[in-house]
Amino acid sequence: MTKRPVLILGARSDIGMAVAHRFAAAGHPIQLAARNAATLETNRTDIELRYGVQATLHEFDALATETHQPFVADLPELPEIAVCAVGLMGTQEENERDIAAACRVMRSNYEGPASILAVLANRFEEDGNGTLIGISSVAGDRGRATNYVYGSAKAGFTAFLSGLRNRLAKRGVHVVTVLPGFVATQMTEGMDLPARLTAQPAEVADAIARAVERRKDVIYVRPVWRVVMLVIRNIPERIFKRMKI
Amino acid sequence: MKLSGWGRYPVIDAQVHVPRDIDALRRLVLSEPSVIARGNGRAYGDSAINRGATIEMRHLNRMLAFDPDTGQLVTEAGVMLGDVISAFLPRGWFPTVTPGTKFVTIGGAVAADVHGKNHHKDGSFRQYVDWIDVMGADGEIVRCSPEERAELFDNTLGGMGLTGIVVRAAIRLRPVESGWIRQTTIPAPDLKAAMAAFEATQDATYSVAWIDCLGTGANLGRSLVILGEHAALADLPPDRAQEPYVTKAKRQRTVPFDFPSFALNRFSVRAFNALYYRAGARKSGTQLVDWDSYFYPLDAILRWNRIYGRKGFAQFQCVFPLDRSEQGLSALLETISREGAGSFLAVLKRFGPQESPFSFPMEGYTLALDFPITARILALLERMDRITIDHGGRFYLAKDSRMTAATLRAADPRSETFRGMREQQGLLSRFRSAQAERLSI
Repeated sequence: MTKRPVLILGARSDIGMAVAHRFAAAGHPIQLAARNAATLETNRTDIELRYGVQATLHEFDALATETHQPFVADLPELPEIAVCAVGLMGTQEENERDIAAACRVMRSNYEGPASILAVLANRFEEDGNGTLIGISSVAGDRGRATNYVYGSAKAGFTAFLSGLRNRLAKRGVHVVTVLPGFVATQMTEGMDLPARLTAQPAEVADAIARAVERRKDVIYVRPVWRVVMLVIRNIPERIFKRMKI
Repeated sequence: MKLSGWGRYPVIDAQVHVPRDIDALRRLVLSEPSVIARGNGRAYGDSAINRGATIEMRHLNRMLAFDPDTGQLVTEAGVMLGDVISAFLPRGWFPTVTPGTKFVTIGGAVAADVHGKNHHKDGSFRQYVDWIDVMGADGEIVRCSPEERAELFDNTLGGMGLTGIVVRAAIRLRPVESGWIRQTTIPAPDLKAAMAAFEATQDATYSVAWIDCLGTGANLGRSLVILGEHAALADLPPDRAQEPYVTKAKRQRTVPFDFPSFALNRFSVRAFNALYYRAGARKSGTQLVDWDSYFYPLDAILRWNRIYGRKGFAQFQCVFPLDRSEQGLSALLETISREGAGSFLAVLKRFGPQESPFSFPMEGYTLALDFPITARILALLERMDRITIDHGGRFYLAKDSRMTAATLRAADPRSETFRGMREQQGLLSRFRSAQAERLSI
């Protein structure tokens, strides 16, 4: 049986690429979508050589929301699974100083991802099947001084995914919210992350594949994050506001 | 960050860079005082460590092209042999030369010019490298092969990363009909018998011996010589012949913590060796083994290097010329056995002929051993160095972590030529590892 494609939005990211490999290994054709998609040619060849599946490149700009309808319409085949790994962290310091930078972070983590998933959701709903996967963040669970611009946008995205899931649950479309916790990627390179709390991109990809298989709704990649965030969410605000966290 | 090789000795504080593309790599080569490339860190000592700038190649790990007519695979240097097997064994291809772990990168295999159990027949890794792309001290990438820029090619295969950074390679895979190996075990009661078994089985594709280095007297050099052939379809029972490339995925186990240093001692190793020999001797004859168990038995135990404890361990691997092998090996085994310093993993192998500027293998016998690091062992290793030199032997740099420059020079006059070439080509100050500094190469 030939499998249907998996679309990776934000394919240049380490998590996006790891997810592409994971689903290609399972025999899915892969659609890699990113800005300057042509520069992913080597990765495309790599996927085809390793897994013997077809991989294609698709120009995609998460912030150019007006292009999202035609982007989906132009896909050679509607994917069975779409994974949104688009994201931009920026630095909190810059986000505080430069409001334009902050807006770019907000748009990259919320507006863009929500827009493209909204378009795909409508197509999937028509077909009555498909899986939408949004890579959000534990940073969206509670705003903290050190990254609340990024966190607030991820909070919005998490709420969007939750609502989408609620809307589509009865329509045969499955929506997965992924909360990876720390991941060793380009985004976090140079940061001093605790090893026990830090996943590799391939671990995130494995967790996503498992979530699709078992139809999970919200996943933390490393279970310890469920506990960490439970604690963080439950610290009374009066104490939380004075904490350095 | 603290870096070490697979032997976890020595540990060196080094600056690590992880470039994501060729441009980033070039910037490092041009801007850092000196650099060394690092693959998956499976060299045992300090071959892939540069205090100022160690360059991890793991992001340059894409497969670029494959030609099913010739079996030629082109990859970036950070691709691991295990990735090659995962991708190509299901299509009927296997690396032509593989060392005892699949967790090495192609770049690392080129740099150490690794050998496998088929060296006596097929030679070292270099025999199946069609060309390599090497970034030189000027940041430019040049392609070299046995025909084109042959000197660079020859020196880079076995050059321990000291001639430039290998960024891409074209290697040739061998066609195989299955993922199974027909394994034949020959018990050999002593060293003479083991060597006779190797000489009598030169036609076998793969051969290697596990050797009990605590055997004394009549048991000195007691071994299990293990031969292997890729199983053809006709060799498989019908149920396996249906899916000849599918072997059961092995469960990965890991060593969760450092063993205390007393866990491995002459008594536990002696007991293990005696049991292992008897079990092997009982199983002698031919059986079908999956490729992973045959080539990579230790890979199934992740982080097995922890059994030697926190202080790490040293590998010792030397090769003796054919005519002096028996004497040299006997002298080494006697010394080790007298010391009661049992090596848990001791491997003996017959090499075929090889002439190359700085690669390890030459025709003769190679012995590989490992020992936990202690002051007594370090002194023993010095004596073993001496014995090796006295019998015309030389050392494998991918395993070395503690030799002196004088030892290397005495064992391997090629090291001076190699250094001279580096100096003359302007490579000496640009590409250096902690090992290169220690050994003055």
